[in-house]
Amino acid sequence: MDIAISGNKVKKGFGNIDAIKGIDFEINKGEIFGFIGPDGGGKTTLFRIITTLLLPDSGKVSINGLDIINDYKSIRKIMGYMPQRFSLYNDLTVYENLNFFASVYGTSIEENYNLIRDIYSQLEPFKNRRAGKLSGGMKQKLALSCALIHKPEILILDEPTTGVDAISRIEFWEILHKLAEQNITIVVATPYMDEASRCNRVALIQDGYILTIDTPTKIIENFTEKIYQINSTNTYELLNVLKKCKFISSAFAYGSAVHATIDKDKKENDLFIFLNNNFNSAFTLNQINPTIEDCFMNLINSNN
Amino acid sequence: MTETNENIIEVRNLIKKFGNFTANDNLTFAVKKSEIFGFLGANGAGKTTAIKILCGLAKPTSGLVKVAGYDVYRETELIKKNIGYMSQKFSLYEDLTIIENIRFYAGIYGMIHNEIKEKTEYFIEKFRLNKIRNTLIKDIPLGWKQKLAFLVAIFHNPKIVFLDEPTSGVDPFTRRQFWELIYQTANDGITIFVTTHYMDEAEYCNRICILADGRIKALDSPAELKNKHNVTTIEEVFVKLARNN
Repeated sequence: MDIAISGNKVKKGFGNIDAIKGIDFEINKGEIFGFIGPDGGGKTTLFRIITTLLLPDSGKVSINGLDIINDYKSIRKIMGYMPQRFSLYNDLTVYENLNFFASVYGTSIEENYNLIRDIYSQLEPFKNRRAGKLSGGMKQKLALSCALIHKPEILILDEPTTGVDAISRIEFWEILHKLAEQNITIVVATPYMDEASRCNRVALIQDGYILTIDTPTKIIENFTEKIYQINSTNTYELLNVLKKCKFISSAFAYGSAVHATIDKDKKENDLFIFLNNNFNSAFTLNQINPTIEDCFMNLINSNN
Repeated sequence: MTETNENIIEVRNLIKKFGNFTANDNLTFAVKKSEIFGFLGANGAGKTTAIKILCGLAKPTSGLVKVAGYDVYRETELIKKNIGYMSQKFSLYEDLTIIENIRFYAGIYGMIHNEIKEKTEYFIEKFRLNKIRNTLIKDIPLGWKQKLAFLVAIFHNPKIVFLDEPTSGVDPFTRRQFWELIYQTANDGITIFVTTHYMDEAEYCNRICILADGRIKALDSPAELKNKHNVTTIEEVFVKLARNN
């Protein structure tokens, strides 16, 4: 498979803080690739390096074989970037913003209209409205249209779904999948673990390190411990009881339930007996498949 | 938990109009003492309007609304004294230390010096902030800011605390520690009112209320809602109820 973006021992620090601590990755052409991890993990720094806006301290990054330092001008022509903060012109209208971005890249709205038709058609009724007056979901669609208007080969989206409601989020992912069908490589950053399943492959990133890179399915398969879900009406008490259990290796609230892992020499029945003897409310206990979030926490634990 | 059947928030036939637009269209619900209550809705569903009314910052067009036993038409100052509010932006002072932020917020709520001193020690211990008590806010990680923002919101011992998208962006460990603090606080008798866009966060609540187009589309425990709609996540429930209508 052709490589769209590759990073080799990439490092970047700011003063005393090492934002990216020497990471390696390869992103294939045409895939939707997610960098998934909490704030402060290094996602934005990495994206600024990939988009040639920031130089790494060391390491090598290439885009379609082009070097980010020597070939930055050619790279910028083939890349679309949607930064985390809304960075369009609030005082220009929807149409004016889009027209501006098209002309900066030496193209026109008409030339690449088919690429943005699905997204922009929802904005067209408001094309004379100033960007500053749009709702969050519409700003996001306009920003995506502007990032796409020069028909980039690679689209870099920094937390496009942060602060967006659940429905707009789903629609946004549907749009991304349609774009991927047109052979655009899409790289997305998100703090939301549940969005991993929407990507072809993901890198879990924390504190400037990549914990793992794989398909979401593989990451879940690689979770070798048994994990149990315990439901009860009193989660707080349940957590307190589990903390007293000597063979519990982890116990965390997970929505209305608790997810727990136990020492390897113990069985489900041991956990059941412990809860029966120590927990006063009704509960149900089931072995479950881990989620990406369980895997993420497990990887951090084993790295420490 | 005590007096679990006591309603700490009571809303009956709440209507709020802005000109011809009805932001809250006849809302009726109650929140019980010590409950963790999730308030969900897409952008424009009417969440913010309703919360402003509950916090005493706006008046309804009509309907009955009581918060902590006080009336939102006449007793807004008493409501403000009895609630805490934590915004997703953690409105802390970046150039003050942890201790200074606590002292500042406690002072605003009219707490006296000795009480502040005593309680500060209690909470610093409970929230495990001792090592960084004299660090400026701008130098502490996001997860700690979040804990501190929650601390200052409950420091004056409100009856209800409103949390506006409290855990966006923090790592899964910090997020769970934070929810444990929320459980603990609810267990101590403070009612928790949470708004969020993130449906997995909604699953932590005892009951959730889903708003769409200014109306309540569902109000029940996450488990019941999933059962009723025969799905496995709250996100699916939300999409069914809030999409295309």
